[in-house]
Amino acid sequence: MSKKLIFFLVSVLLAGLFCTAAFAGKTVTVLGTWGGAERDAFMKMVEPFEAATGIKVEFTGTRDLPTILTTRVAAGNPPDISGIPNPGQMQEFAEVGALVDLSEFMDIGKLQDEYSQTWIDLGSYGGKLYSIFISADLKSLVWYSPKAFSSAGYQIPQTWDELMTLSDKMVAQGKTPWSIGLESGAASGWPGTDWIEDIMLRTVKPEIYDKWVNHEIPWTDSAVKRAWEIFGDIARSDKYVYGGAATALTTNFGDAPNVLFTSPPRAYMHKQATFIKSFILNYDPTLKPGEDFSFFPFPSIDPEYGTPALGAADMFAVFNNTPEAQALMRYLATAGAQEIWVVQLGKLSANRRVNPSAYPDDLTREAAQILASAQTFRFDGSDLMPAAVGSGSFWSGILDYVGGEDLDSVLKRIEETAVDAYKK
Amino acid sequence: MSEKTSRILSRGLLHTVIILIAVLWLIPTIGVLITSFRPAQDVANSGWWTVLGNMFDSARLTLRNYNMVLSRLGVGRAFLNSFIITIPATIIPLSIALLAAYALGWMKFFGHTFVFMALIALLVVPLQMTFIPVLRIFNKLGLAGSFPGIWLAHSGYGLPLAIYMLYNSISGLPKELFDSASIDGASSFHTFLYIVLPLSVPIVASLAIFQFLWVWNDLLVALIYLGGTPDVAPITVQISSLVGSYGQDWELLTAAVFISIVPSLIIFFSLQRYFVRGILAGSVKG
Amino acid sequence: MWPPEVATNPFPIHRKIKMYTKKSTPWLYLAPALTLLGFFLIYPSFHTLYLSFFDKGSNVFVGAGNYIYAFTNRVMLTAFRNNALWVVVFSAITVFLGLVLAVLLDRVRYEVIIKSIIFMPMAISFVGASVIWKFVYAFRPAGAPQIGILNALLQTFHLPPVAWLIERPWVNNLCLILVGIWVWTGFCLVVLSASYKSIPRQFLEAARVDGANEWRIFWRVILPLLVPTITVLTTTMAVFVLKVFDIIYVMTNGNFGTEVIANRMYKEMFQFGNFGRSSAIAVVLLVLVLPMMLLNLHRFKREEK
Repeated sequence: MSKKLIFFLVSVLLAGLFCTAAFAGKTVTVLGTWGGAERDAFMKMVEPFEAATGIKVEFTGTRDLPTILTTRVAAGNPPDISGIPNPGQMQEFAEVGALVDLSEFMDIGKLQDEYSQTWIDLGSYGGKLYSIFISADLKSLVWYSPKAFSSAGYQIPQTWDELMTLSDKMVAQGKTPWSIGLESGAASGWPGTDWIEDIMLRTVKPEIYDKWVNHEIPWTDSAVKRAWEIFGDIARSDKYVYGGAATALTTNFGDAPNVLFTSPPRAYMHKQATFIKSFILNYDPTLKPGEDFSFFPFPSIDPEYGTPALGAADMFAVFNNTPEAQALMRYLATAGAQEIWVVQLGKLSANRRVNPSAYPDDLTREAAQILASAQTFRFDGSDLMPAAVGSGSFWSGILDYVGGEDLDSVLKRIEETAVDAYKK
Repeated sequence: MSEKTSRILSRGLLHTVIILIAVLWLIPTIGVLITSFRPAQDVANSGWWTVLGNMFDSARLTLRNYNMVLSRLGVGRAFLNSFIITIPATIIPLSIALLAAYALGWMKFFGHTFVFMALIALLVVPLQMTFIPVLRIFNKLGLAGSFPGIWLAHSGYGLPLAIYMLYNSISGLPKELFDSASIDGASSFHTFLYIVLPLSVPIVASLAIFQFLWVWNDLLVALIYLGGTPDVAPITVQISSLVGSYGQDWELLTAAVFISIVPSLIIFFSLQRYFVRGILAGSVKG
Repeated sequence: MWPPEVATNPFPIHRKIKMYTKKSTPWLYLAPALTLLGFFLIYPSFHTLYLSFFDKGSNVFVGAGNYIYAFTNRVMLTAFRNNALWVVVFSAITVFLGLVLAVLLDRVRYEVIIKSIIFMPMAISFVGASVIWKFVYAFRPAGAPQIGILNALLQTFHLPPVAWLIERPWVNNLCLILVGIWVWTGFCLVVLSASYKSIPRQFLEAARVDGANEWRIFWRVILPLLVPTITVLTTTMAVFVLKVFDIIYVMTNGNFGTEVIANRMYKEMFQFGNFGRSSAIAVVLLVLVLPMMLLNLHRFKREEK
């Protein structure tokens, strides 16, 4: 017994040392947040690259990416290439000199041809390009069930007034217009920030939105306050929101659209980005995009500002300037690579050269169309703010406000953290 | 009331209390065990206990989650990595802690109290604060991304609790044992080997289980010091990569919980026999 | 029969005779442990202490600024309150339940099974535990089918559902503490049970022969012998729970007034990138452990005499 045990332990020890030693060959290490189907899609995307170059892509996907990346960068042991949670984070890494300037090995002219200036600007800091976008999500959408709408005789609202009239009509009929889900584990509150941002874009000039994002106007400004009030009129109302505030606060954002597809529907509309499609299909794989579920643009509020598009995107940056990392980065920027990625996941492409026929269905094509042709496009504001606000007090502020706290004190508190966080 | 009936009553009460607590403890886990066999749509629409009413309605149960987990994980490799990490990371700190606890419990030396106090203070050090300075040194020593590196890391993190608990148990051993050993002229290491070690078996067994579990279930330390490439990633890292960036497919976790729990339970059952009564008394007599 | 004095003195704080060895010997035994501790815990602690006097990016000296933040920030004050609640409720209940179960289970034949059941949560990673408890605390509006077992119970009694994790300040914090108790009681049980079983059977038999009833045996023989273990466990639980993090992180992330110190530290460090503040908060944790150290010092000194 004890001999066997010793034998076992020794073999474990040797196996451990051996495995460590076996590390070799041309590889590039990549860190990202993607798991499950996304991870499979990523591996599929880099397959042709591996075959063509003989370089092995070592991918690690974890939702703890911010922690791992912060630690490994601070300790001087970063991955070769990493997904970056948002442009705000990218700027922080660029500032401490952790990122490689892409112009050193990429053809900027070609990038400018394939990507809109918006993406180039968002990937740059201090005049240097540090990251590229491989896909995007469009946020300014309201999801609904065409079947439920037609059987109740509802029309798709084109303006905010029509939307509120429709909502009131539903309430008068004893129905509930909205389903909202703000719970998202450690990131709870973020779905509400999308509401505020979309409403801001529809009630003020884009320049004011930018000022708000850069904290050139305070959170207590009347423009910001108005956006929160419009959001609050819906989100804090027990008649407009399925289950009232308590349900909005405790429902996971991924489960929130489910109630649109129960029979009878418990709610009729749900505001969420393009990626929610995968949650809807996971909940019920028999639902057909376009027939059983669809979306309409989040309507305009003040007519002069129209229906701007709010989006977020997946970005990559290089931390170790190795030839393998350069090769992979050049590959990831191509339309060919991104076509594989967006086909697999139904995401929207950032590269203009991606063939629209690559999208899996008309619904995704339509979203891509909206994104590409938007008069005004703005990136998710919370992703651009310093994390202490954008993924700190803004998120918790949403929860506190929906939970019933007084708006002025919520905004005052966010303003306090912002004053502190924007300080250089 | 006769003595017999009162004894039966109190036995009955004993069994009731124990079983009630056990059932309460089990309910959350059973809920997830059942959930792991349910389709996602059912999970969202009805409580797991509704399955109990129609157990044999096979349409309401599915192996999909388990199939997905097993096919995506590369389970064999991940399990092997977990063992390669966990076994040395359990044995090394416990051996080191035994030596230290023995010295603290039975030897006189200057700075004794200070070492003991420092130990308790170290119990509260949050691991997250140690990552950056340690990883920086690991880089210089070439330990980052290697198994010996993570063995040492888990050993270091497990030591304060192990020494503290072992100190308590070893210092509580009857002094007569040590007296007679020193009269017999036994060396300090001899005393350690033939008195301290055998008598510490039950506490070492329970600490071994917990150290094993912490290392087995650890995600963050492995991701930081080892990275997540498939040839080194333990099962926890693989499981966490089942879930999408927005938390898609979280229902796979319900199945993954039960797949990764199996080795822990085997360890628990196999070390269980060291807890039996009488080891202490027996070894003294013999 | 040994140790004879325990039978007459229920409080076994016998004076120890320490081994006299060469001056260097103890340090030989301690060396491996001190090396690892120094490298993985002591050096990083000093590093943390150093960082706590600097700004966000560790460039500018800010004096006590981070500490002022740690003691005045509104969320930190909530965290202090919640940590105090955790230390008291969590430590008391885990150790108490562990003790009761260790003694009770010794009397039944199916001990191993029950022990495994109580212990099992320890074998589940905290991500798994959060999934498990999701199905206990889940909230759906009245009228909809409940998928959380607590609200389903309320529903059968025609009571309105409760949003367990947002009902501040007591309900949600106690619900989170309950998860901690569920996980950690197994630890207390296994340790106390090992300690209990190492009490020589002769003691109990002797007491029974003397005609003492079980209750009396528990109070006069068993409990005193377990006091050192109970002290150690209570200290361990209290210290561990001071840095409680994962349960909060996965279930509420400190929202709705459930913030705790370690979660705040984690956020400041890894989400907000503020190394100075998170270091100061970590140092505050170290200071909070002082009372626990004094308690142990007292015991340690008494044993030393």
